[in-house]
Amino acid sequence: MAAPDGEPTRGYIRALIADDPHELYETAPCGYLSLDPSGLIVKANRTFLRWTGYTAGELVERRRFQTLLAVGDRIFFETHFAPSLAMQGTVREIAAEIVCADGQRLPVLLNAVRKDDELGDHMRTRIAVFDARERRAYERELLSERQRAEEAAERARALAATLQRTLLPATIPAIEGMDLGTAYRPAGDGSVVGGDFYDVFELNDGAWGIVLGDVCGKGAAAATITALARHTARAYAVRASSASEVLRGLHDAIVRSDDTDGFCTALYLTARAGGEGVQLRLSAGGHHLPLRVTPSGSVSEVGRTGNLLGMLEPLRLHDDEATLAPGESLVLYTDGVLEAQRGDELFGAERLHAICSVHASSGAQAIADALVGEVVGFQRGDARDDIAVVVLQAPPLDVSR
Amino acid sequence: MVFAHGFGCDQNMWRHVAPRFADRYRVVLFDHVGAGGADRSAYDPDRHSSLAGYAADVIELVRALDLHDVVFVGHSVSAMIGVLAAADAPERFAHLVLVGPSPRYLDDPDTGYVGGFTPDDIDGLLDSLASNYLGWSAAMAPAIVGNAERPELGAELTESFCRADPEIQRRFAEATFRADNRADLARVATPCLVLQCRDDIIAPDAVGEYVHEHLADSVLVRMAATGHCPNLSAPDETTEAIDAYLRSSM
Repeated sequence: MAAPDGEPTRGYIRALIADDPHELYETAPCGYLSLDPSGLIVKANRTFLRWTGYTAGELVERRRFQTLLAVGDRIFFETHFAPSLAMQGTVREIAAEIVCADGQRLPVLLNAVRKDDELGDHMRTRIAVFDARERRAYERELLSERQRAEEAAERARALAATLQRTLLPATIPAIEGMDLGTAYRPAGDGSVVGGDFYDVFELNDGAWGIVLGDVCGKGAAAATITALARHTARAYAVRASSASEVLRGLHDAIVRSDDTDGFCTALYLTARAGGEGVQLRLSAGGHHLPLRVTPSGSVSEVGRTGNLLGMLEPLRLHDDEATLAPGESLVLYTDGVLEAQRGDELFGAERLHAICSVHASSGAQAIADALVGEVVGFQRGDARDDIAVVVLQAPPLDVSR
Repeated sequence: MVFAHGFGCDQNMWRHVAPRFADRYRVVLFDHVGAGGADRSAYDPDRHSSLAGYAADVIELVRALDLHDVVFVGHSVSAMIGVLAAADAPERFAHLVLVGPSPRYLDDPDTGYVGGFTPDDIDGLLDSLASNYLGWSAAMAPAIVGNAERPELGAELTESFCRADPEIQRRFAEATFRADNRADLARVATPCLVLQCRDDIIAPDAVGEYVHEHLADSVLVRMAATGHCPNLSAPDETTEAIDAYLRSSM
């Protein structure tokens, strides 16, 4: 064989002569070991001896390879390495630590092949030993980085859950003459704070205020707007003379806030229980209109929609009044319901109406739970957006009396 | 005849031994949850946090197949799993063959019991598992969920023996090597064969002796085979030892 281009150089010839098979074996850039089937060392090259500090006399015919391993690796060797080698004939890239003559541990990677005799019986095992000090240090770093990342993700989830709880009422009050149900489900694994919010609070004159909305975006920035929205709605509701006035206050608060990009959709309504059901006054700021569901299962929208809140354009809002007759429900929901996706398919208004219709004669909480359950099931548990539902029901006559 | 594999491998461990009994016995092979081809979803972290859960699996298997007069052949940790199963459902088992059994891998300085390992050693094993599965999760996980773009991964996986889910394997290691089932030996009346290898660092000779002494009805056979896996390294001797025992006890 000649050098790639013509006349062999002096350096080429010197390298060729120096690399005779014996020299190659002894000073190869990896350790070589030959073992008998029980693991007893039959042969070890100089590289292995140099790395580990043993003499050939200490190893050959004296030590079984597995006894050079740290104890944990020895168990792994006996329970996995040796059986795999016996069955497959080769084992690759096994990480282990060899206990050197001075007691120091040398991290190595092991590749092994089994050599059989003519009858197919295991005759000898050959192992190539690679010095893996830096690689193992790097792997350990990766492992601990992964642990740190997992811990950080867990902390983020816990923080998001805590923050989310502060954005939703802890409990829903029992209100005489009204039945209320609420359900909320965060997006994904709950590690990001969602933008959906709702609140239920008592007003001065025996009426109750209900707000439900959806802040654009997710995470910490959205959470500040959500917190702002919830508290502003409460503050304005106490002195507002109309539902739209509360949304207007909310709009102003968002526009004045530091977050110039923030905007939200929201529904606000007041509800008062009376002799003939529940009297409603409501306004919608860019939000899906609530659905009235009658006991017979018919479903229709209530009110008129207005503009998004927090945008700089002039705000147009409407005030509407409605009455929930006994047994009728009002279903408030966020777009996590309509826009739930399975593949390219959206959950959509038709499914929403059908589910409301099917559960028309259930209680408020049962309707809310059924709706969120259906939406989550539709997405096979993988919700991209958070989902909030509030159901207000005028109790059926035979129950309330 | 039910063959159970030990920690670190799967039912392939028995491929040179089990077929040799197929002419006289109904031979049943299985993978423990988390090993080989077992259904990943059958793993229950609570149930399988101790060997009792694996023993309950064995009893379930025996009942589901309606097996009676079972000869249970358990290697390594499955020897003790068989002991627990026979203690809880003795009516099903005719014989236990315990290959390299150990009722406790950890030394117990209080009683002078020598299992062969210290708690640090077991931590070392867990480290060893972690570093050896570092590449596993990255390279093998896509094959498990079916990576259409890299079909060679799937092929490699089906060809590789002794594969296991790393997380389950880690917990199985803890359940195995931190177990203390010494007291359970006395609960077994089923006749047992104890097969003890030479130079077995996982289950040393003194441990095999201990098992033999604490079982009500057992025969101890010391094999010429070395190491911990005579079913692979010395299938002939293993088969003959089991066969001779079963013939003599009929």
